[in-house]
Amino acid sequence: MNHPEKAAVFLEDKENAKWHDETLWFVRDKRDVVSKSIPEWEELRETASQIKDNVLSNLDEYLVEFERNALANGIKVHWAKDAEEHNKIVLNILQQNDCKAIVKSKSILTEECHLNQYLEKNGVDVVDTDLGERIVQFLNQPPSHIVLPAIHLKKAQVSDIFHDKLNTEKGNHDPSYLTNAARLHLREKFLAAKVALTGVNFGVAETGEFVVCTNEGNADMGVHLADVHVACMGIEKIIPKREHLGVFLRLLARSATGQSVTNYNSHFRSPAKGKEIHIVLLDNGRTEQLGREKFKNSLKCIRCGACMNTCPIYRRSGGYSYGSVVPGPIGSILSPGIDLKKHSSLPFASTLCGSCSDVCPVKINIHEQLYEWRQEITKAQTSINAKSLAMKFANGIFSVPFAYKLGGSMMRGALKLLPHSITYSNLNTWGKERDLPEVPKESFKDWYKKNKL
Amino acid sequence: MNPSREYILNKIRALRQEVVEAPIIPEFEVAEDLVSTFKISSAANKGEVIDREAFVALLESGQYPRIYSTAKGFESYTNITVPQDPHEFSDLSLAVVEGQFGVAENGAIWLDEENLEFRILPFITEHLVILLDKKKLVGNMHQAYAKIGNTKSGFGLFTAGPSKTADIEQSLVIGAHGAKSLKIVMI
Ligand code: SF4
Repeated sequence: MNHPEKAAVFLEDKENAKWHDETLWFVRDKRDVVSKSIPEWEELRETASQIKDNVLSNLDEYLVEFERNALANGIKVHWAKDAEEHNKIVLNILQQNDCKAIVKSKSILTEECHLNQYLEKNGVDVVDTDLGERIVQFLNQPPSHIVLPAIHLKKAQVSDIFHDKLNTEKGNHDPSYLTNAARLHLREKFLAAKVALTGVNFGVAETGEFVVCTNEGNADMGVHLADVHVACMGIEKIIPKREHLGVFLRLLARSATGQSVTNYNSHFRSPAKGKEIHIVLLDNGRTEQLGREKFKNSLKCIRCGACMNTCPIYRRSGGYSYGSVVPGPIGSILSPGIDLKKHSSLPFASTLCGSCSDVCPVKINIHEQLYEWRQEITKAQTSINAKSLAMKFANGIFSVPFAYKLGGSMMRGALKLLPHSITYSNLNTWGKERDLPEVPKESFKDWYKKNKL
Repeated sequence: MNPSREYILNKIRALRQEVVEAPIIPEFEVAEDLVSTFKISSAANKGEVIDREAFVALLESGQYPRIYSTAKGFESYTNITVPQDPHEFSDLSLAVVEGQFGVAENGAIWLDEENLEFRILPFITEHLVILLDKKKLVGNMHQAYAKIGNTKSGFGLFTAGPSKTADIEQSLVIGAHGAKSLKIVMI
């Protein structure tokens, strides 16, 4: 199924879809409030963007510098050109340590590599320790959002899952009660694990240290109790200097959840006495993307999730409708670079309203890249198979005046202001069924003119 | 030579990119009253700033059966045998440590190995108290990193509040995995 088909499935549960939409908008609102409390916000974004420009233009040097310093700090450094090699390296470390069970904190990169499935096939028990990730892991699902992994589930569902897996009281939906049950369950896992795996938010070339940010403290509970810490890091996560952390840490949490800073920002420079730290540096298509002039900026992403929370399509179609590890606007410009055919409908899952680019803390021109990918896909498909579903979809959206006749800002305003009855009526194809080729009888523009709010 | 390392580096080098200069981080204004700004930020993170008296009362209240304190002047409140193995902290009720400095804009406090003989301590303890000198506050994260400078510590931490999650229907719950409360004693 492509994006519009899966979105239709998501929208079948109208109440849940509405909740999803409103809740993410609420998170977006929090981001607005906290970012506006900092007068230099725009200057900070610009600075962050420029630091990332510098990183990408000098990535080879920074990687070598990072490696040299990390080695000097007593960290073991591994290089993986693709997911398969990455997974083998991790398994190897586990086997050398005779380890059959690991605890893992949130790492989108390991999702990208399908590490859990690989390790499980090889007899390793993997426990995701971020609460949201543990919930979806119990369901054998991937996260549906990169910051809020279980945002598609309601507390009653979580309660059922925990009743089943953790023996909590049936029908007790209280989030505090459920969280405490998970706390007790995961404590046991933390105390027993010999190896802990984390992602990496930032790797600092100048010092060879790396930073991991969590609100729950789960990354630290894992690594400080285990003997071995394996940190998996995309090569684009490098920043040149320690002082640059100041810029990114100011932006990250404010953009992600509207907090002024993440609760725990841990700087790992060298292993504690008697322990080991491994870093796995992964390419997996990143150098390819770096070579695509129009799309290389997508590598600046710090995975804050703001573009998802703001996106009218993401909010109304859910993370799973994208069928890619990173959903939402940023996923829609990263994924086609990995598998153009599989992800050809994603760049069309956008109104091109530009809200994603407006909120992005590193100023990625997301909506422009979505447009560029459409050009690429349309070109590729005219030559391969003009009748593919994605192409039909492309034709569909190009004929819908909704997205194209309205200016970006007006459209954004409208989406926010429209009452529920309108947003979820037949007029708004994204609000209800996603049957794009059917052009609304009355164009949105006309309707808006007639019914000014 | 590691073939994947060479493969990745060569692929980047083959792009022959022109190096774009890194920007200079501008100097931004900070709040005038650092203490009250810090308190507001900390409260927003669900931390709580208390004074020495309230802290001593708390220590002597008997509500924390197992205390480990490394903070100067308060070491005597430690009532456990310091373990060899950090796993044994798993039933610790209260840890008391000294913070190096605080950041007014977000309530974050910097700790490194000087304050954390056991890296696990601020996470595994049920409740955490950090002692912080009023005079050691900076305005924002840029000043914070300027203060950290080139110090070399195997582990460093900015912590800003008790452990939190909102993963169940976006309801905020305090005490996901780490400390269920954070109190900051301003001295
Ligand atoms: S693209 Fe920008 S807004 Fe989206 S997740 Fe990445 S950094 Fe955040």
